[in-house]
Amino acid sequence: MKRLTLFLGHYGSGKTNLAVNWAMKAAEEGKKVEIADLDIVNPYFRTKDSQKELEAAGVKVIALPFANSSVDLPAIPSEAYGLVEDRSRFGILDIGGDERGAYALGRFSPYIREENDYDMFYVVNFFRPLTRNAEDAYECMKEIEWASGLTFSGIINNSNLGAETTLSHILSTTEKAEALSRLSGLKVVAVTAEKTIAGEGMVPLTLQKRIFDER
Amino acid sequence: MAEKVLMKGNEAIAESAIRSGCRHYFGYPITPQTEVAAYMAKRMPKIGGVFLQAESEISAINMVYGVSATGKRVMTSSSSPGISLKQEGISYLAGSDLPAVIVNVQRGGPGLGGIQPSQSDYFQATKGGGHGDYHLIVLTPSSVQEMADLTALAFDLADKYRMPAMLLADGTMGQMMEPVVLPEGHGATVEKPWALTGTEMKRPHNVVNSLYLSPEVLERTNVERYERYEEVKKNETRWEEYLMEDAEYAIVAFGIAARVAKNAIKVLREKGIKAGLIRPITVWPFPTEPIREASFRVKGFLSVELSMGQMIEDVKLASECRKPVELCYRAGGMIPDVERIVKSVEKMAEGGRN
Repeated sequence: MKRLTLFLGHYGSGKTNLAVNWAMKAAEEGKKVEIADLDIVNPYFRTKDSQKELEAAGVKVIALPFANSSVDLPAIPSEAYGLVEDRSRFGILDIGGDERGAYALGRFSPYIREENDYDMFYVVNFFRPLTRNAEDAYECMKEIEWASGLTFSGIINNSNLGAETTLSHILSTTEKAEALSRLSGLKVVAVTAEKTIAGEGMVPLTLQKRIFDER
Repeated sequence: MAEKVLMKGNEAIAESAIRSGCRHYFGYPITPQTEVAAYMAKRMPKIGGVFLQAESEISAINMVYGVSATGKRVMTSSSSPGISLKQEGISYLAGSDLPAVIVNVQRGGPGLGGIQPSQSDYFQATKGGGHGDYHLIVLTPSSVQEMADLTALAFDLADKYRMPAMLLADGTMGQMMEPVVLPEGHGATVEKPWALTGTEMKRPHNVVNSLYLSPEVLERTNVERYERYEEVKKNETRWEEYLMEDAEYAIVAFGIAARVAKNAIKVLREKGIKAGLIRPITVWPFPTEPIREASFRVKGFLSVELSMGQMIEDVKLASECRKPVELCYRAGGMIPDVERIVKSVEKMAEGGRN
């Protein structure tokens, strides 16, 4: 595991949920990790939704004290600087969607580039309307790289249709993921699925609890 | 059947508008509707459309007025405080008989309020909002699918009746993600001979205006407009009924409240209380008839709202006070949960009041 793991991608591609799962898994494997919420786009659906679970698993959560508190103020927690610059710590960074969200990384990218001990994953859901095919997903990827000042190291195929997702939905996106891989020259490092439907070789995910979920 | 995609409600509105031939969008960011503007900003330049972030909501609604006067399909969106700013322009649109689609993804109020979901702009949307005698067609989606479908319908109805139509959603509808089949979409289906498209010296000037110097003429235009509103009431009132056939208690709720109410009805029926739901899909025109009709059969009504109780007045009017009408509410960005609704109906069944 690289010292820093970054999740970026199109708005609503599932970055936060993936980052939280990644942190939980690293903690289960006995790694001491911290997760930082650098989302400056969306005031809802944050890392902080899972703060209790993360802290119970021993993951330190770096988030604004007012994240998810209805204070609609895009900002970056000051503690994130420590995580990025202190080379003795392992961090997972959850970044906001699209190139707009990736601008938040610009402040940190010189350090991250210089140290060069990071994985930056492009999270893609081919069921999202603006990343329905490899070409559109590639365009979004390039916009994010340009805004963040960093380059991706791999693709995570996080394709899903929410609660209606079946295994065949996920498998139907394999070709698109491969096409994106050819376009970008990057490997598909993981295919994810909600844990009850995950097929062989897929990374099983637990879905974050959300305030709007119905009973 | 078209393929499903996973969308936020706000994105579904934007994409559906584009598919409905809308190539002009004017807005200003405000949570929880910002994704509408963000989506338009990304898509419009690629399809030869116009996305313009105006300097204020007031500018945006007046840009809508200008484009609508040329006969083009046009939309603006905002959330509660921003919609208040647009009210003057909305009144002018109504007074000039201009079609337009206005989206309100409501948040808690009054004032700056908060960014959590609300339905407390019901009065503003259905009882005027701006000045003068007028109505908007007001559609209330209860799923991301309906965010898409009712946006398309709003464009058609606005054109057909030459009046602004409003999509009255709540913050949950804007923010939640659900699978959706996007409507195929089509552009304007009615001719707009009144539009300002240039006379080419072949016809008299068209005039789009809401100023009348003669009170007699102004009265006549108001009366004629209200005759058109009667047509809208007759043809376009929409609602859904759920388990109403044998219901002894009718819950009336729209948007997110209707979804919670459906779950509450299942719990109530397990407990032996026959409850059903009348879900307005249009709140103007309000589904008066199914509520009036139910008032002869049910023992009472429960209005479930994300406000201090606004729609309840229309439920009382529609039921002609034949049966008790009670209120179950949360306000300020809170959502009534299943337990609260169940308890409210149980209390009514015991003969008590909420």
